[in-house]
Amino acid sequence: MQFKSMVVSNQEVSPGYYRIRLTAPRAILEAKPGQFAMVRVRDGVDPLLRRPFGIFDVGSFTPEYPDAPRQYYFDILYKVVGKGTSILSALHFKDYVDVLGPLGTGFTPGGTGEENILVGGGFGLAPLYFLAKELVKTTPLKVFIGGRRKEDVLCVTEFEQLGIDTYVATDDGTLGSRGLVTEVLEQHLCREGGKRVVLACGPEPMLKAVARLCENYGIRCQVSLEAAMACGVGACLGCVTKGHGHSENTPSYRCVCKEGPVFDSTELLWEEL
Amino acid sequence: MRKLDLSVHVAGIPLRNPVMTASGTFGYGEEFAAYVDLEKIGAIVTKGLSLKAKAGNPMPRIVETPGGMLNAIGLQNVGIETFIREKVPFLRKIATPVIVNFFGNTVEEYAALAERLDAIPEVAGIEVNISCPNVKHGGIVFGTDPKSAYSVVKAVRETTIKPLIVKLSPNVTDIVEMACACAEADADALSLINTITGMAIDLKTRRPALANVTGGLSGPAIKPVALRMVWQVSRAVKLPIIGIGGITTATDVLEFLLAGATAVQVGTANFMSPAASQQIVEDLEKYLRDNGIKDVKELIGALRV
Repeated sequence: MQFKSMVVSNQEVSPGYYRIRLTAPRAILEAKPGQFAMVRVRDGVDPLLRRPFGIFDVGSFTPEYPDAPRQYYFDILYKVVGKGTSILSALHFKDYVDVLGPLGTGFTPGGTGEENILVGGGFGLAPLYFLAKELVKTTPLKVFIGGRRKEDVLCVTEFEQLGIDTYVATDDGTLGSRGLVTEVLEQHLCREGGKRVVLACGPEPMLKAVARLCENYGIRCQVSLEAAMACGVGACLGCVTKGHGHSENTPSYRCVCKEGPVFDSTELLWEEL
Repeated sequence: MRKLDLSVHVAGIPLRNPVMTASGTFGYGEEFAAYVDLEKIGAIVTKGLSLKAKAGNPMPRIVETPGGMLNAIGLQNVGIETFIREKVPFLRKIATPVIVNFFGNTVEEYAALAERLDAIPEVAGIEVNISCPNVKHGGIVFGTDPKSAYSVVKAVRETTIKPLIVKLSPNVTDIVEMACACAEADADALSLINTITGMAIDLKTRRPALANVTGGLSGPAIKPVALRMVWQVSRAVKLPIIGIGGITTATDVLEFLLAGATAVQVGTANFMSPAASQQIVEDLEKYLRDNGIKDVKELIGALRV
């Protein structure tokens, strides 16, 4: 769906990272973790294109005025990286944006008796938190969070409030263990057995390492990719990624916006990502 | 009171209004069905087809630039047979003319594609993209050489009675010369402009922003160039013109009509908002009503110079 959306709040949660709450029709409650929204941060032609953001949370509240109807919303967790996100970060309560979404596929977590292991970095934690909120009621869950520095590690409090075991690794050791999140993940994978599924979202090198690790351990793994996009609906073919078995004569491109952003890791041609 | 008339004829195709969607920006129509009433727009022009499926260029393929975007998709498409098998059944259900865009690497490929499309009743018209290199003649781009353009359009003309639109490249010294060559080869209409070749650089990495190094610029940034070319061509040839280039509002449409276009195509604006084409039609209708213009055709070529 496409809708005009009002900013409810927009706060810096860590240096350079913001959480924005946007109003939405009730149908936003049907969004699946892993899906995203394309946001047009202002009218006019600059910026020209929408920006894609993973959905961080959905919910509802009743505004504090007489006879106020229930108001539905969704949250986005974003990092200021360029013009679009910079404009977004300057928006206030009662400003408006235009939203297209929810778009794309969601995560397919493990079934009964399977442990779900979430692995994320940076604002890649947004869809994972949304996923954790849904999963925590029914299935065993762990989350591994990586970042360059302490400031890049998001959502630890949120995950802990859900009562989920949270493991953190930073490159410089300012939070959690020093090193890569995949190192901590591997220690866990080889220490414990059982049926499990890995669900990951974050920077591409991290996803690549997670996919390789899961392949070695024979664990099903899903990753959520990020890509520059124009349309968000599978038409412009600007955001494609190469699927397994791709060659010049048998092209096998996948649209990140429509066939993704969540893919089974075995579906992708990682060597060429 | 007489009803407001938004209808136009282009190359013999009756359109309920002059607003079409541009090839490559609207998929095969179905991608936008959830956001646009496809029966409110004038025509759908589908993503460019080749004889066989084409992989396209490596990533990154798109980058935003001030007031526009550069793309180097590389004409990725499903190929004509898959199109006929998998995309036409959806388009058949829509009461809106479908114009099929296609391209080849030789004159023979263009002719073969036109012949195949000639047999498909759901195809209301064809749009020939001549902005491709002729691999048999040293890779010269058909659309930048009047003789090549003439030969490819002539070959297509001889294989089909479908309305034939030729999409012109702006990457030429004299677009009028190209337009005349296509008119001489019996094209029914001309659509212009295709994207303008450009490039963008990422200073941090010292690399081109696109893997293909160069790409095609589209969006509001190219509108003045497009208007100028539509104006020049409309004065030189008798064929109906479909104006393309940075159209995002009804005002843009009206300017193209004044410059001599009979219809227009909305391209990059579909990315800004998937409902853009329908919104433009509604705003166009409102403009006519507010200004007491009964028939949109009154505006075609009505520029005061």
